[in-house]
Amino acid sequence: MNDNIVALPSEEKFQARIDAEEKIEPKDWMPEKYRQNLIRQISQHAHSEVIGEQPEGNWITRAPTLERKAILLAKVQDEAGHGLYLYSAAETLGITREEMIDRLHKGISKYASIFNYPSLTWADIGAIGWLVDSAAIVNQVSLQNTSYGPYARAMVRICKEESFHQRQGYNIMMVLMQGSEEQRAMAQDSLNRWWWPALMMFGPHDGESAHSAQSMKWKIKRRSNDDLRQQYVDQAVQQAHAIGLEIPDPDLKWNEDRGHYDFGEIDWDEFERVISGDGLCNRQRIAHHIKAHEDGAWVREAMAAYDSKRRARATDVA
Amino acid sequence: MSDNAHIAKYVLRLADDALVLGHRLSEWTSRAPFLEEDLALTNVALDFVGRARMYYQYAAELTGGGATEDTFAYTRDAREFSNLLLCELPRGDFAFSVVRQFLYDAFALPFLRELKGSSDQRLAGIAAKAEKESTYHLRRGKEWVLRLGDGTTESHQRMRQALDELWGYTHELFEVDALEEALIAEGIAVDPRTIRDEWQQTVTSVLIQATLPVPESSWSVQGGRTGYHTESLGYLLAELQFMQRAYPGLRW
Repeated sequence: MNDNIVALPSEEKFQARIDAEEKIEPKDWMPEKYRQNLIRQISQHAHSEVIGEQPEGNWITRAPTLERKAILLAKVQDEAGHGLYLYSAAETLGITREEMIDRLHKGISKYASIFNYPSLTWADIGAIGWLVDSAAIVNQVSLQNTSYGPYARAMVRICKEESFHQRQGYNIMMVLMQGSEEQRAMAQDSLNRWWWPALMMFGPHDGESAHSAQSMKWKIKRRSNDDLRQQYVDQAVQQAHAIGLEIPDPDLKWNEDRGHYDFGEIDWDEFERVISGDGLCNRQRIAHHIKAHEDGAWVREAMAAYDSKRRARATDVA
Repeated sequence: MSDNAHIAKYVLRLADDALVLGHRLSEWTSRAPFLEEDLALTNVALDFVGRARMYYQYAAELTGGGATEDTFAYTRDAREFSNLLLCELPRGDFAFSVVRQFLYDAFALPFLRELKGSSDQRLAGIAAKAEKESTYHLRRGKEWVLRLGDGTTESHQRMRQALDELWGYTHELFEVDALEEALIAEGIAVDPRTIRDEWQQTVTSVLIQATLPVPESSWSVQGGRTGYHTESLGYLLAELQFMQRAYPGLRW
């Protein structure tokens, strides 16, 4: 942190509560920076769920079987539901959903950069479910113990559903790998494209993460980016190998001493480029969201008008 | 045609209605006016896809020869699809989708209630499950028609326009051909003519409450049950069937 926070007695008390693993609740006193940090993180998380509907929704109308279509609809519906819980959790911190959406549209608030990559083939629905959702689970399981109560409780609920999503995604990949040569190539191509972006989901190395140190102190974050990424690699590599997929990393190797996989360096230039706007879908994702929001403006206005008419009529009768 | 083939043909009509309407509903995912409605529309789409699957699975059993639910959904062309035209029209704006859904659900609910009494046990079972969903769909639809009809000038105008564009497709809901006549006589199929008054009453009372005029136009377009469709169906199928057409005969 650049600012020197003068430790006021209330801040000391706050930190003592955090250190004692007490949950902070909406009406409790909290430092303004804690509040802002949480608003940033939870709204970004909510936006990610909602923007994530797009690459997956892209295959609802083209799902290869009716069963897959029904599962995908259910999954995307869950994601939208996660967005709702998370917006509600953020609203307990004194910001409205409308303000959060406005920040998203203005580019002030971000969403997971992985959704700036396109879903081009059916296998991508498998890869997103398997790789992206399991990266989200690894992160979210650690957030079940986050210090802010409403966020922690939202995570508990979300994690249950995500593990179902992850299994479904992996199942899509498994069936493809048991299929024709073309299907196996489709699965491998998809893994090749999603592997590195999935590793990037855990964010920069610990030393370079803008918000990490303070977030760890406040126990908003419970485990470091690199720690979580390592856990993820260890599990994903085994899952990939179990169905005959190859991880697109020549430096990947089991390290006996560490008891973990060593893996290659992430292309951080690409990471920065895609976050800053050079991904294949950055503009489309936001434009899609803005269009839906603007197309819906007359509907929201009509609802408000109808509600006030109804209230007025109820008053007249009374 | 054997009895089973007749019943299968009837079941496919109901299946195609559900699949095609479910497809149009699913096009709203990530495009709804706000997040709660996104969730609700996706959920209703899922109900219709689920309903389609139950009907197709039954049609597959009646047909035999290795047919599955996907055979019907993915390998028939527009001329073999027998859905109502109302279900296939492009989703339009939110008012159009709301009105289409309301007109359809006001029909589906009494239809399913009757189908529950079918002498065909499988159809009766599917209807019992679907009826619960349709009760909720119709309740949702009524609320939306009221809000948008009696909302702002713009929403009222959009609802009127949607009603005008859709009204002529509602007559087809109540048409009966020789196949259905025969199955009605056997107590298997529902006679939609017997629920027309109820439909008319539901629709009229909600429209009046929503300050919307009941359309008086006399045009009527029909053909869905005989595979005579609007041009939009071909594009819907091209999208829906893309994978099975591009990669035939594989497991997914």
